[in-house]
Amino acid sequence: MLGAVACLVLVLIAGMVIFVFAKAWPSFAHNGLSWFTSGADVDLQLEDILNSPANPSEYVYKLNAWPLLWGTFVVTAGAVAIGIVFSLFAAIFIVEFAPPRLNHVLEPVVRLLAAVPSVIYGLIGILVIVPWVGEHLISLERKESVIQVVQLDGACIMVGIAVLTVMITPIMIAIVVDALRAVPRSWMEGAAALGANRWRVMWTVAVRTARPAVIAAAVLATARALGEAIMLSMVAGSASFAPNPIDGITFLFEPTRPLASALVENVEGISVVPFGQTLYAFAAILLISSVFLSLAGYVAKQPLRKYGVRP
Amino acid sequence: MTSTAAGQTPAGGPGGASPPIDSPSSWPLVDRAGYYAAWVAGLALIAIAGSILVYMAVKGAQYFDLGLLTESPTADLDQSKAGGFKDPLIGTALLTVMAVAIAAPLGVAIAVWLTEYGRPAGLARAVESGIEVVAGTPSIVLAIFGLLVFQNQLLAPFSFEAEGDAVFGRSFIAAACMMSLIALPLVVGATREALNAIPGHVREASYALGKTKAATIRRVLLPAVRPGIGTGTALGMGRVAGDTAIVIVLLGGTLQITRGSDDVFGLFRGTGSTLTSYVYLNSPAGEGQAPEKAYFAAFVLLLVVVALNFAVTRIARGRKEAAWTR
Repeated sequence: MLGAVACLVLVLIAGMVIFVFAKAWPSFAHNGLSWFTSGADVDLQLEDILNSPANPSEYVYKLNAWPLLWGTFVVTAGAVAIGIVFSLFAAIFIVEFAPPRLNHVLEPVVRLLAAVPSVIYGLIGILVIVPWVGEHLISLERKESVIQVVQLDGACIMVGIAVLTVMITPIMIAIVVDALRAVPRSWMEGAAALGANRWRVMWTVAVRTARPAVIAAAVLATARALGEAIMLSMVAGSASFAPNPIDGITFLFEPTRPLASALVENVEGISVVPFGQTLYAFAAILLISSVFLSLAGYVAKQPLRKYGVRP
Repeated sequence: MTSTAAGQTPAGGPGGASPPIDSPSSWPLVDRAGYYAAWVAGLALIAIAGSILVYMAVKGAQYFDLGLLTESPTADLDQSKAGGFKDPLIGTALLTVMAVAIAAPLGVAIAVWLTEYGRPAGLARAVESGIEVVAGTPSIVLAIFGLLVFQNQLLAPFSFEAEGDAVFGRSFIAAACMMSLIALPLVVGATREALNAIPGHVREASYALGKTKAATIRRVLLPAVRPGIGTGTALGMGRVAGDTAIVIVLLGGTLQITRGSDDVFGLFRGTGSTLTSYVYLNSPAGEGQAPEKAYFAAFVLLLVVVALNFAVTRIARGRKEAAWTR
């Protein structure tokens, strides 16, 4: 009986994948591989789809979603890359170097950062950080240099990456700390006895043993970052624009709109059939990548079981 | 996930308390750089969390207005007349309780099955990874999938039918069902951890007294893991209270709580809003354009979430008192 309940989870996942893909299929089928390429302005294309005629044979599906995909990739990769370094050092600090009194503060701090709702991060981002970046970090010349292409008002991938990093580090810290704590004490004592200092012991023995956890942390944090919709739609500019790395530093100040944000912002139109199918196509991409990432994280965590850690 | 720094080991380094000769100033430059980087990272964490708390507290105090808590929101161009957020507050409470009411029994059942039965092993591993997948699925995808499910004609009783035969598919029930999937992995995780912490001899003692496995689970194990279940539930409530995407998609987007029908279930079939959607809609990103109200609502939301996290700490402390399970 309990087993049947447990199997519900698998049924649910299977149902989710099948239904979402079935619903999304027309959008993929009409566009083929060009769905994933860049083309005309995505916002205009979405508008055309939304306003397509009611006759099923005249539905408009044309969409080149590359700017959304690229935005998702840039923001996620940026946040995870910064976050993994930051959280590795923070975890080492918590496990090894923090004075006990500081550790009593750090535990609730990590918990708090994990618990703050994304809409609050978004609110602080849009009301504090975005205006500040817009006024102080982006010079007028920089704004004018790209005025024909895109408007820079402070809501940009840099702010998105920064806030997203803060949001995903608690997850990574939690996983890495658990793994570092589980490294057998005797290994570290052995290294210390051979004359390695405390940092060397942590870096060469503990961190290396906990490598699977670092990978698992990065993978799971990527899954979380991919799905972050609300906060990014608030601070990342929400313009379907593919920031161009050739622009140098200006690149960091260009707005973008990840897939998940595009989904949440356009959800009112979901009852229009072709538009809904396009939205389900976004959801399908997100779903399949998060499923793969979660499974990869699960597999990456397995070697940890050796040391008795159950993350 | 948030069990981060629990079980603090006493006193630092791998040479016992504090090796007197090993001070960072004598280390090679690279090692010292790493050491200071670790300090910087740790202090940065505290600084970020501190500034978020202080900032929200200051803004909350600045726009403090108890009247907002008891007024229903109304649509009005003039923000001073647009009311407060009584309905979103009730919506948050209602949705959180409903979601946890669904997630807790399911989560406990799954956790018990995984730890106490877990056979066939392949299926158990599949379910285990399935839980991870559910935990990793973006809430916006869950939301949009929920819309697909609840717009089905068969599930029309759970929301209400619009004109024509279309099912609206948005209601407290629909949102709570999908929200429960957010809380589920946390309940499963915490309960499993608690079950694993119970040593085998407790189970054996129960069997030796002639109890069946089912009776052991019900009379011995479940009472012992109650703090674990509590921890998972409180964590889940915090996550549910803080989620926005599902609310925006599945709760219908009416500011006031609107009953779906006049009978007892009308409330659950109805639509409404929560604090998170209220903050989102009143921020510059939404249409509301009332940052003061968004700030105060966000402050209240933060208080709710922090309170739930305190509950987790308290429950976890209570767990240590159940000494007979060691």
